[in-house]
Amino acid sequence: MTGDGREHGSVLAPALDVEVVGMTKRFGALIALDDVSLRVAAGSFHALLGENGAGKSTLVKCLIGYYPPDAGQIVVARREREIRSPHDAHALGIGMVYQHFTLVPSMTVAENLVMARDDVPAVVRWRQERERLAAFMATVPFKLDLERPAWRLAAGEKQKVEIVKQLYLRRRFMILDEPTSVLTPAEADEVLGMLRAMTHGHQVTVLMITHKFREVLAFADTVSVLRRGTLAGEGRTADLTPAMLAEMMVGTRQIPQARTGRAIRAGAAVEPRLVVRDLVVEDDAGRPAVNGLALAVRPGEILGIAGVSGNGQRELVEAIIGQRRPASGEIRVDGKPYRATRNEIRYHRVLSLPEEPLRNACVPGLSVAENMALRSFDRAPLASGPWLRRGSMRDQAERRIAEFKVQTQGPDAPISTLSGGNVQRAVLARELSEAVSVLIAANPVFGLDFAAVAEIHDRVVAARNAGAAVLLVSEDLDELLELSDRLAVIFGGRIVHETPAASADIAVIGPCMAGHHAAGAAA
Amino acid sequence: MTELGWWGVPIAVLGGAVRVSTPFLFVSLGECITEKSGRINLGLEGILVMGAMSGYALSYLTGNPWLGVLGAGAAGLVLGLLHGLVCNLPRVNDIAVGIGLMLFGTGLAFFLGKPYVQPKAPTLPAMPLGGWSASPQVQAALEVNPLFLIGIGLAVALSWAFRNTRWGLIVRMVGDSSDAARAMGYAVPRMRTLCTGVGGFLAGVGGSFLSLYYPGSWSEGLSSGQGLMAVALVIFARWNPMHCFYAALLFGGAGAVGPALQSVGITSGYYLFNAAPYVVTLGIMIATCSPRRTLAGAPGELSINR
Repeated sequence: MTGDGREHGSVLAPALDVEVVGMTKRFGALIALDDVSLRVAAGSFHALLGENGAGKSTLVKCLIGYYPPDAGQIVVARREREIRSPHDAHALGIGMVYQHFTLVPSMTVAENLVMARDDVPAVVRWRQERERLAAFMATVPFKLDLERPAWRLAAGEKQKVEIVKQLYLRRRFMILDEPTSVLTPAEADEVLGMLRAMTHGHQVTVLMITHKFREVLAFADTVSVLRRGTLAGEGRTADLTPAMLAEMMVGTRQIPQARTGRAIRAGAAVEPRLVVRDLVVEDDAGRPAVNGLALAVRPGEILGIAGVSGNGQRELVEAIIGQRRPASGEIRVDGKPYRATRNEIRYHRVLSLPEEPLRNACVPGLSVAENMALRSFDRAPLASGPWLRRGSMRDQAERRIAEFKVQTQGPDAPISTLSGGNVQRAVLARELSEAVSVLIAANPVFGLDFAAVAEIHDRVVAARNAGAAVLLVSEDLDELLELSDRLAVIFGGRIVHETPAASADIAVIGPCMAGHHAAGAAA
Repeated sequence: MTELGWWGVPIAVLGGAVRVSTPFLFVSLGECITEKSGRINLGLEGILVMGAMSGYALSYLTGNPWLGVLGAGAAGLVLGLLHGLVCNLPRVNDIAVGIGLMLFGTGLAFFLGKPYVQPKAPTLPAMPLGGWSASPQVQAALEVNPLFLIGIGLAVALSWAFRNTRWGLIVRMVGDSSDAARAMGYAVPRMRTLCTGVGGFLAGVGGSFLSLYYPGSWSEGLSSGQGLMAVALVIFARWNPMHCFYAALLFGGAGAVGPALQSVGITSGYYLFNAAPYVVTLGIMIATCSPRRTLAGAPGELSINR
């Protein structure tokens, strides 16, 4: 399957060589990009590494014509070109896969592909189009079901469709913005491996934005590192080590070390604090996404839930934190039935760091101070009788902002004005400032730079060490292996494998995540 | 009546369904197009009444009921475009504009329609398709208006167009993911405005059926909420034009239950049975709307979904 790319390479025009010279971009007083130059040779796999806000997105958005740069030139195939809009870039064969998917959910893969074209005929002859699509699909190393509507695809499949779409549109220089952020490690390896095969077959040149060292070193040929808008380093990945990349990326700044030491665990005799039994939760379309799931978390341990996204993780978390009513089954905390009413949350101290915190844990239009008070605004000291005490709320917010290093214009700024990492810190400040008995964390570091990741991991571990039962749901296996005491794999809405993290074996976990748990259990 | 006995009821309901469903069908197909593009036009009730009035007036003035139908469509087109254009302004909510348009349309129709309450305008002809039967009830039930057949053809054409034409696919794209549509360079507001205009045209034609065929006269009490019920009907039909047709038949049949029972001599619950379409609307809303799940098939950009 993977070999086909080279064989049918003649179908596609050869890869493009693109160079950026002296690119500068200012937003008001902020210099987002300061005189950055880089060259991506034809047929190479080039990584663009940097922390959040280092200017990676700004650079590629200038390249694709999304923003006009204040200074700098773009050289495509050794000729200077002016790119004023994404349309200009497309005409040159430069395309971009955005971090958020641009597929139309109700349309099938085939419809999405055909509609991406500039020359859609007035009446689409589907028989003819399907034949052409089938012939095209034979030239790319991805297998896709063309008749599936996009909303039924898993994240990894959507990412593949996005990439296939670029190839279908005959783009010869592909920019990918953190393409693996929503993929499992196995999916990420598959997608990146196929991309690398295509670059080496000179079908396409790839420029990939990332902040994962592993991907840079395992898949890219060359790398450029940005730090605060300037080029901090570049080179061939063969000559670099993770330590060198880290130094280029963050400079000499102190990075908080993620904790690897584990708390002294209470014996297995301790009663579990959070127990889930026979849980069935339906997804938005009414199908059982969680299907007979059981798990138990004891105080002082982190239970990590690994799995490919779309196997019921979201619905499980929503059911436990009260966003979605289970169809059947039970959730117990400290032996008592738990339905996540406000009183029960307060009594049992079940707190949560849901994914997409701005959407799931905040009211975007309210201020940082108000969002930090959402758990406690109706009690002393933030309230007296029916009245709120704004002063106390503000004081509390200022203390928490300082303690959790939330970068904001102030406690009165709407929380939607904060960056992703700072929204997560603000939610963390609200949830972890007081004693926690059960903590539910879902992809808590999704999309954050690694200084923020280490800090948030520290806080989760500290909560565990203070005796909380922690349920950590993540699509990042490395994160789970680093933090968990026990690891469970979810597939098809059930736990299909469970193991102490210390003896976890990737060779067993991987197949379980892909649904081959019978083989996994036998091994 | 005597020869058919109780069989008269289902036949009368069927005949009523064919007769009463036509305005539902047109309004719901129009709303289907509008909602597929990502907007809700609640003003169709006003457009329907305005269409009924202008259709009747034009038929009276020109003597040709088909010109009346076209005029009704044109009036609907103008009101639909008005809704579409106002909704293009920043921070304008389509539902609020729709309610405004509903009041504006009915008010304007009553104001302009005063002189046409008395005169008798030429109405649309019927096509007797029941000649094969000797039974007068069957013949009456199969007396079909051409607009009904045009409506069926339109439903078939629309469901084909949404899958097989560039225009249909763009409408779906604009309605389901404006990000994707913008990324492909389609002008989202313009597309939605056009779709609301076309939806208005069809709703206006539906209105002309009321004044030019059944009941076949213009008065202020002509519409009994068909325009609003058609919005519920589109949701029930899951934004599928063919399902809109079936749902329109169902609603029309429900509306014919009262008169059908009356015709066999059951008069006690007349007003209760006349409420059947509203009961059906309510029942459908309860059955299909759940806070725990989104509606399968709902265009992603509808404001009720976000």
